[in-house]
Amino acid sequence: MATAATASAPGPVAAGRVVRQALHWQERLALALLVACCAALAFFLLGPLFMILVKSVQDKDGAFVGLLQFRDYLGTPALRQSIFNTLGVALVVTGITIPLAFTFAYALTRSAMPGKAVFRVVGLTPILAPSLLAAISFIQWFGNQGLLKPLLGGTPVYGALGIVISSIYATFPHALMIILTALLLADGRLYEAAESLGTRTLRRFFTITLPGAKYGLVSAAMVVFSYTVSDFGIPKVIGGNFNVLAVDIYKQVIGQQNFNKGAVVSLILLLPVLVAFVVDWRMQGRQHAQFSARAVPYVARRKPWFDGAMFVYCTLVALLLLAVLGMAVYTSFIKLWPYDKSFSLRHYTFGLVDGGVIVSFFNSLRMAFVTALLGTMFIFGCAYLLEKTRGMPGTRALIRLLASIPMGVPGMVLGLGYILFFNHPDNPFNVLYHTLTILVLATVVHYYTSSHLTAVTALKSLDGEFESVSASLKVPFYKTFHRVTVPVCLPAILDIGRYLFVNAMVTISAVVFLYSPDTQLAAVAILNLDEAGEIGPAAAMATLIVVASASVCVLYALVTRVLLTRTQGWRRPAPGN
Amino acid sequence: MAENARSSEGPYLRLTGIAKSFGRFQALHGIDLAIERGELVTFLGPSGCGKTTLLRIVAGLEAQDWGTIVQDGRDISRLPAIRRDYGIVFQSYALFPNLTIHANVAYGLVNRRKGRSEIERRVAELLKLVGLPDSGAKYPGQLSGGQQQRIALARALASAPGLLLLDEPLSALDALERLRLRGEIRALQQRLGVTTILVTHDQEEALSMADRIVVMNAGRIEQVGSPRAVYETPATPFAADFIGKINVLPGVAAGRDRVRVGGRALLLARNDLIEGSAVKLYLRPEDVVVHRDPATGQGAANTLAAQVAKVEFLGAFCVLGLAPEGTDFPALSANVPRHAVDAGGLEPGAHIAITLPPAALRILG
Ligand SMILES: Nc1ncnc2c1ncn2[C@@H]1O[C@H](COP(=O)(O)OP(=O)(O)O)[C@@H](O)[C@H]1O
Ligand SMILES: [Mg+2]
Repeated sequence: MATAATASAPGPVAAGRVVRQALHWQERLALALLVACCAALAFFLLGPLFMILVKSVQDKDGAFVGLLQFRDYLGTPALRQSIFNTLGVALVVTGITIPLAFTFAYALTRSAMPGKAVFRVVGLTPILAPSLLAAISFIQWFGNQGLLKPLLGGTPVYGALGIVISSIYATFPHALMIILTALLLADGRLYEAAESLGTRTLRRFFTITLPGAKYGLVSAAMVVFSYTVSDFGIPKVIGGNFNVLAVDIYKQVIGQQNFNKGAVVSLILLLPVLVAFVVDWRMQGRQHAQFSARAVPYVARRKPWFDGAMFVYCTLVALLLLAVLGMAVYTSFIKLWPYDKSFSLRHYTFGLVDGGVIVSFFNSLRMAFVTALLGTMFIFGCAYLLEKTRGMPGTRALIRLLASIPMGVPGMVLGLGYILFFNHPDNPFNVLYHTLTILVLATVVHYYTSSHLTAVTALKSLDGEFESVSASLKVPFYKTFHRVTVPVCLPAILDIGRYLFVNAMVTISAVVFLYSPDTQLAAVAILNLDEAGEIGPAAAMATLIVVASASVCVLYALVTRVLLTRTQGWRRPAPGN
Repeated sequence: MAENARSSEGPYLRLTGIAKSFGRFQALHGIDLAIERGELVTFLGPSGCGKTTLLRIVAGLEAQDWGTIVQDGRDISRLPAIRRDYGIVFQSYALFPNLTIHANVAYGLVNRRKGRSEIERRVAELLKLVGLPDSGAKYPGQLSGGQQQRIALARALASAPGLLLLDEPLSALDALERLRLRGEIRALQQRLGVTTILVTHDQEEALSMADRIVVMNAGRIEQVGSPRAVYETPATPFAADFIGKINVLPGVAAGRDRVRVGGRALLLARNDLIEGSAVKLYLRPEDVVVHRDPATGQGAANTLAAQVAKVEFLGAFCVLGLAPEGTDFPALSANVPRHAVDAGGLEPGAHIAITLPPAALRILG
């Protein structure tokens, strides 16, 4: 071992001085990569947000005008109305979606009804589609020529009503996932104790279930609220004359080319979402403290009346969800709603292929694939450097902060920031403007937070001493990364890839400002088709997106299953479902 | 195992003035320690006293704020971990779960550009050394905790390091495995002659395995010595209390060689006390001499009447809880062999006499 003492051995410790360890080149490499990750995150997240702040206090010619534009904005009654509309709709949607999703999740975790796996999958299907699909579908059901229009008794679906029901559909799976997790995490032993003490069902519900799921419920409420406030596709398609902030930004930027006003509205939109984000953040901190690592999952016992009621409820909800998705698919396969309902592929062939719009679907596929591939590599790599290397605590704290911000930034705001930032003549990266690359960047940043948390959770579950052992064995960290860390974390890595892919397929708000004629995406194409009155092709495009997303999810499930079977020699049984 | 060439005289590892803070909290206060070649030294102390921190500083996994480390004549104070010479074993085993036992043990060898056959031979040799010659194809998850820790030991020894660091290697194991592995590790260490530091909070483990024990408390070294020395002549009250049980008798010096405790003057085997000063006497329970006949040595120095308050059965011996009679002498405990209790006369409530031998009464610190 005397060889290690050769060459550049660091000098002796100077008396009376704090010791600074010499860095091995591998440690330098790790720190350099860490700093690079931090810089990239800061550049592609803070740069755009900063530009919005700057633009909001400038006039069109770039002169500083302070808060003048805010005053202007708030002085316009129609625009001020948007704020109330936005918040009102979001509150109503939250108030309806949360109980619906909670009951559904409760049935899945606490009842012994049959068909739970099917209900779970159906409950999550809305995630596969762009939010626009819901709006289009509800127009088909309840619009001017809608099948069920009489049911509304004269109230037009275009406006607040349409936004609310479409948003409930779109947010349901997000709320369901969060509440399901909270209920699954709850400790079954509490219930067994309560049952053995003869605690009444209703009392058990209020003393154990609700408190246990409290943080999950709040978190779900905040996510639903933010989603509704931020979503642009639904109000654009079904909102009629009912103004909301997200559409206002769109109108200012695309309609009037007034980026400064757009920036002002963005900041106003950012406010409620930030509040929700902070509330959620603090709740999550507490939730982690609440669960013991050794919680035992609850096993439901048969209770015929309760199970029956839950089965009826879930069947009803599942049918409604399928009716929304089904209507869009159906619309894509018939000649002309409601006059000629004969089967036809013309919306696909004539509407999409011949019109050349189909290119946008392939753009989307390409964008989603690149996002999933590069995004997963960057996010997981960055999380690895963050969790498993040493040094530079300040940089680490900054990365943690940066990684948590995107969750609190609506897609419209991020998208606007991206144009302002990358369209700037002085930005050396402005060559990215109007490329597929910028769409990938915006999408990765937009969905960074959840992916990052998945990666960090997986990394934290590894033994914290793998890196120490590697160092003692003189093995470079990157070798252990690829021989041990990546294989062990593969399920989480695939999960991140799937999440990014599906979201890249359906996202619209972050990319609606960023595409060029050459890089138009499928979800944007739906918007444009709808604007042109081409409901059939729009529905066809939405269907294609659902098919692509669903295929990736199925692929993910298959690969994961094969992986777990092949590695069960060393992998302990997978936790959870 | 290749014999390490001696590159210098003197201790194999010398720590000088090692200090470390985490923020405002000072975890280590100027640690000085020398470890001889081939010895097994344990860091013993309560949880949180800085044992792991000190071990990690020796490994370079943590950087000390102050102080120097010299290993085998070479100043390694500022060397990064990857360039130091040691093998390490953690409480959690830290075996790579997705690699076979063979690949785990060979993990560091592969990187040293050794020939394939040489690696095969070395892995086989190591697996045999730790008593698991046929486990190469298995995965860590398929072995028991004790077996996994043996593999971790084999992995740490694979490249024949000059220094072996063990951080609570037995704490995650059940009692039986712990006992067995204790002996195995010690035998292996002595056979290979590898200089070893073992971190533990278990005094029995330290006493049974160590050549020397370093007793630590709150980031400081309280005492360094052989297991016997540390047990028989603890240097500080902390060391006395942490290792084994001990009776504490507070009193006042009543002369150069005697201390008044609860109205009784006790003779000591020293004569350097300053009359009137407050002192604490320490006495191991097994040093208390028990007489069944309460009349024994009436009036003799250091002998007093006592009543048995309770008898605690601990297997090989019993602990008597004793209440000295007549005076406000503090309660104390005495160890007696089990057969002595079986012979009768020591039941709770029994009146007996006890002698506190002057040579066993110590003043510490
Ligand atoms: N990375 C760290 N950051 C802050 N405090 C630490 C860190 N590592 C150890 N400590 C603190 O230093 C003290 C000594 O820790 P440690 O060396 O692990 O103790 P031991 O191994 O003796 O139980 C403890 O109080 C612990 O909380
Ligand atoms: Mg420790």
